[in-house]
Amino acid sequence: MSISRVADATRAEVARSLMGKRRDVRETLFSLVLLLTLVVALAVLIVLLFNVARTAVPLLADHSSTILGNGYSALPQNAGIKQGLIGSIYLMLFVVLLAVPLGIGAAIYMEEYARDTGLARFINTNIRNLAGVPAIVYGILGFAVFAQLLGSITGPEVAGLSLLTGGLTISLMVLPIIIITTQEALRAVPKSIREGGFGVGATRWEVIRSHVLPNAAPGILTGSVLAMARALGETAPLIMVGAVTGFLSTHGGPIVSLRQKFTALPTLIFAYVKKPLPQFQDLAAAAILVLIVMIFVVNLTAILLRNRYERKW
Amino acid sequence: MAEVVIGGRITAEVLRGNPSRLRRERLMRGLFFSAALVSVLISIGIVLSLLGGAIDFLRKVDLSTLWSDGWFPRNNLFDVRTILAGTLIVAFVAMIVAAPLGLGAALYLSEYATPRARRYLKPILETLASIPSVVLGYFALRVISPELVQRVFGSQVPLFNMLSAGIAVGLLVTPLVASVAEDAMHAVPGSLREASYGLGARRRSTSIRVVVPAAVSGITASLILGVSRAIGETMIVAIVAGGTGGSLFTLNPLKGGQTMTAAIAALATGSDQVRGAGPAYPSLFFVGLLLFLLTLGLNILSERFVRRVRRRF
Repeated sequence: MSISRVADATRAEVARSLMGKRRDVRETLFSLVLLLTLVVALAVLIVLLFNVARTAVPLLADHSSTILGNGYSALPQNAGIKQGLIGSIYLMLFVVLLAVPLGIGAAIYMEEYARDTGLARFINTNIRNLAGVPAIVYGILGFAVFAQLLGSITGPEVAGLSLLTGGLTISLMVLPIIIITTQEALRAVPKSIREGGFGVGATRWEVIRSHVLPNAAPGILTGSVLAMARALGETAPLIMVGAVTGFLSTHGGPIVSLRQKFTALPTLIFAYVKKPLPQFQDLAAAAILVLIVMIFVVNLTAILLRNRYERKW
Repeated sequence: MAEVVIGGRITAEVLRGNPSRLRRERLMRGLFFSAALVSVLISIGIVLSLLGGAIDFLRKVDLSTLWSDGWFPRNNLFDVRTILAGTLIVAFVAMIVAAPLGLGAALYLSEYATPRARRYLKPILETLASIPSVVLGYFALRVISPELVQRVFGSQVPLFNMLSAGIAVGLLVTPLVASVAEDAMHAVPGSLREASYGLGARRRSTSIRVVVPAAVSGITASLILGVSRAIGETMIVAIVAGGTGGSLFTLNPLKGGQTMTAAIAALATGSDQVRGAGPAYPSLFFVGLLLFLLTLGLNILSERFVRRVRRRF
């Protein structure tokens, strides 16, 4: 055997073991088992959406004017979700007008102003812990603090359990989410961008306004939109602060509504699911479809914003 | 803008800067600082309102009823064991579902999926995460309980049971576990994987023997966070766990039971009819305090584990 033939054989053997498609059954099996977890998650989603749609779509197709145009009723054929829809939109407005500015402000302080002091570390830990507080505890806060404080402006029959209380409670609940996502967005803006601003003599606020915020805006926006989606679907704090079925006065405009009882889409779903009559269960499915579509639209907006403006430094 | 004439005399006045700009700087700093302080106020509000009500409860209640046959606030029976057992059973079932699903999905996304596949697979988990809990409660009542639990365990199992609630809570928690665990696996440096491949290890051995041990802190954190979220979940258990009106002490997940969160919701929404001077109404704050301390402890523990990952890499 010549040397070159030995070398050829060796080369072929090495190439085969490096590139050959020896199938390893256990390896394939393992990756399939892992993939199965995602398949299960997908299957749950499909079954859930299919189950809701199967009931909701025919109902909405036949009775859309009743369901979308009527409020709560003890008679299932007259009952609808209009007040819940309006209530949920009001709650989102609270998040946009109150929680978003407050959250961005707090995040700016933590990232741009605060030095590494004990107080700053305490506030940061506190925000992180608030993000993990169960939603229903925010409900207790709303109902023990806001409902008591605001009781005097709502009158005795509402007893402080007004749209204003609900909006404040939901805003506080999503505040930590907005702060944390904004902090991450601010942290992603490189130091050199800020130094450019300081170099020409800008004050810290001027640097933030002209250099930091425009660059962090997509991340902040995405976080805020996700917080809105969260506010849209959250139920537990609302049932604590009296989001009751059937109440939401739309007479007299939004300012009057603030002082009155309210309801929201997820609360209506809860109320309808709890009723024994099957027609109410079907109505719950219709309300769920509307809610899920709203949440998907909001989330899709966030994803599109992220993809459109995402920037890597 | 401060008027600095190039080549002019630099005076102390010029170096001090424009007073109106400095005033605005101080104003903005103050505003951001107050926004950051709001988060501290929220925590103080939560703790004070929970403590006040809990102390009120302990003063009014006959302490022997805290260790009785069941949780029936209307009849002044406040067996803490009942709601603790209910909470732990639901959380345990939830983790049996969420741990394999979440960790499997995390390992697949982090070690097996190509970047292209990741782009299509990750939205499955994100969509599952965006489904509101009240919707999963409806799903548990309409699909999981009748089509899964009652089929497997026989129709003598009541429609409202803790097992169905636990499965639904597990599906709710899965995306959270997956996302935190995947972050931890992603943070494992590529050099460790390359070293493993260099020794001839396959993907499976690399995943199980290198990546998972290196990410074990983060994986533990994801599971603790999952338990914390499962304990704090309200709507699913309020709909399907079967604790409306109270529950006897039970450890059987196939029976109806009461969790801490569902007990709070029932007390506040009045399905337990507990207004008045008795201990039933303030018991809500007592349970809220227990829930708050339990989830806070778990969150702090998981934060510890996450920090350990950060320190190492």
